[in-house]
Amino acid sequence: MTSVTATARSGGKAGGTGRPAHRPRPVDHGAWFLVLPALIPILVLSVGPLLYGVALAFTDAQSGRTRSTQWVGTLNFQDLLHDTLFWESFRIGLLWAVGVTVPQFVLGLGLALLLNQNLRFRWLARALAIIPWAMPEVVVGIMWRLVYNPDAGILNETVRDLGLGDGRDWLTGLATALPAVTAVGIWAGMPQTTVALLAGLQNTPQELHEAAALDGAGAWRRFRTVTWPALKPVALAITALNFIWNFNSFALVYVLTGGGPGGRTRLPMLFAYEEAFRYGQFGYAAAMGCVMVAVISVLLALHLVGRLKGGEDR
Amino acid sequence: MNGLRPSGPARAGQYLALLGYLAFLAFPFLWLISTAFKPARELASLHPTWLPDDPTLGNFRQAFAEQPLLRAAGNSLIAALGAALIAVAIATPMAYVMARHRGRLSAAATGWVVISQAFPFVLVIIPLFLVLKNLHLLNTLSGLVMVYVVWSLPFALWMLTGYVRAVPAELEEAAAVDGAGRLRTLVSVTAPLLAPGIVATALFAFITAWNEFFFALVLLKTPEKQTLPVVLTRFLGAEGVADLGPLAAAAFLATLPSLVVFAVIQKRITGGMLSGAVKS
Repeated sequence: MTSVTATARSGGKAGGTGRPAHRPRPVDHGAWFLVLPALIPILVLSVGPLLYGVALAFTDAQSGRTRSTQWVGTLNFQDLLHDTLFWESFRIGLLWAVGVTVPQFVLGLGLALLLNQNLRFRWLARALAIIPWAMPEVVVGIMWRLVYNPDAGILNETVRDLGLGDGRDWLTGLATALPAVTAVGIWAGMPQTTVALLAGLQNTPQELHEAAALDGAGAWRRFRTVTWPALKPVALAITALNFIWNFNSFALVYVLTGGGPGGRTRLPMLFAYEEAFRYGQFGYAAAMGCVMVAVISVLLALHLVGRLKGGEDR
Repeated sequence: MNGLRPSGPARAGQYLALLGYLAFLAFPFLWLISTAFKPARELASLHPTWLPDDPTLGNFRQAFAEQPLLRAAGNSLIAALGAALIAVAIATPMAYVMARHRGRLSAAATGWVVISQAFPFVLVIIPLFLVLKNLHLLNTLSGLVMVYVVWSLPFALWMLTGYVRAVPAELEEAAAVDGAGRLRTLVSVTAPLLAPGIVATALFAFITAWNEFFFALVLLKTPEKQTLPVVLTRFLGAEGVADLGPLAAAAFLATLPSLVVFAVIQKRITGGMLSGAVKS
């Protein structure tokens, strides 16, 4: 706190208030006054807990224990290394994240391209796209449980109507559970992706499109040479965010399957949640969180490197 | 799109694709509504129909009788309103600084906004649980509001920084030249221009908190305190098939506030996301 006030004071001297300001202005008293109401909660409830969480990973912290918590070094991580259940969960988490993110992007791009055309009824698609976006995740899960319901669900009824057999119990079948929840994940996240991509499309230069069309370039060539280069930054950003959000997702699968059957849909978040709040293993669960952050950071770094290289090509 | 009008078959293909998207987006929601209005007898039928033959409000009555939905909605409302109001109240000044001053502080804040998107909540929730426990705020709505405020700050800062940048700094400088003080300029020049953005951000923070599940699940233990999403999952208990109707009815009701609010602010939110994105 002392360093903060010191900076504020010196900043106040340097940045006099009388003159019409030029940008960039130095931080002054006023700025600190404006920032502190948000900064303190961020430090106390976000940055602090994050560091505390990392520290917990190196302890044997458990819930409701009377004996004091001890430092155990990297013991949790060594245990984690041999925890086949956790790595199975991690594998499912990656399958889920990729299985949701890639179709989200492909389908989102398709819809964005359609909405960018002068089609009738596109207002309807825009209106419908609000539903998955605004809906509570818990309700999305409940809704799809009704769709997948083996007896009263519309999916099995459609399967029966089409003469494709008696249908099945999608969410409890060992083979169908993960694909079924993945479809829900795609449905839930597609609108955001579409809206981001559509905004990107509307920033692409229309004149270039027309010039390319006059030169006789077909739709695919126009997409590759005009649209995609302009869209690429938005596409990379939304895909990276989608991947992170999907990897960290919890509520949807918690409601749909609770991680079952037999752990087939137990995402890492569900695994860590159970470890922490069902079995009370705070230290061990924190170590899982650290591993998740580390893996995401590495993937993100690779993604950013790829993005920078992509930028040099242009 | 002049001069780029696709040929007849291509147009037809586009409409077909659009139809496919419309069906995919709409059908689960239509099914939810249909189930909510079906009497128990139809729900038990082995050949469910798209539309209820004999629509009823019985499921809604039963839902309110089975679970304390009104109390849960009240809890959700308190948590969401509290979070939205406090979040914009503290985020707006900070976003102003982030937009107008480029210094180490703004860079650090922007960095936090980006990094906080990548936290797995599990790494934050255990410490938050312990911190709130020590503050005796576990299992209280105030504790939940505090968590929601911080949790909605990254997005609020991102949006508001974009909105502030859209207000030309020259306007403020002109006011300063005319002799208006710093505070006067902020109140009479900047704030009115910022107001629509602040309202949109508050409404978005409201929906996010209204919809939130994970923190509420972990931090609220007693049924009297639980918010709507947590109470909804209690319909999923061991009761099974018999409860499909009330479950659908309650889920449908819980969605309505979010849908209405979101329909109002959708344009502004997408605009804000981009203005934040383009400049950073």
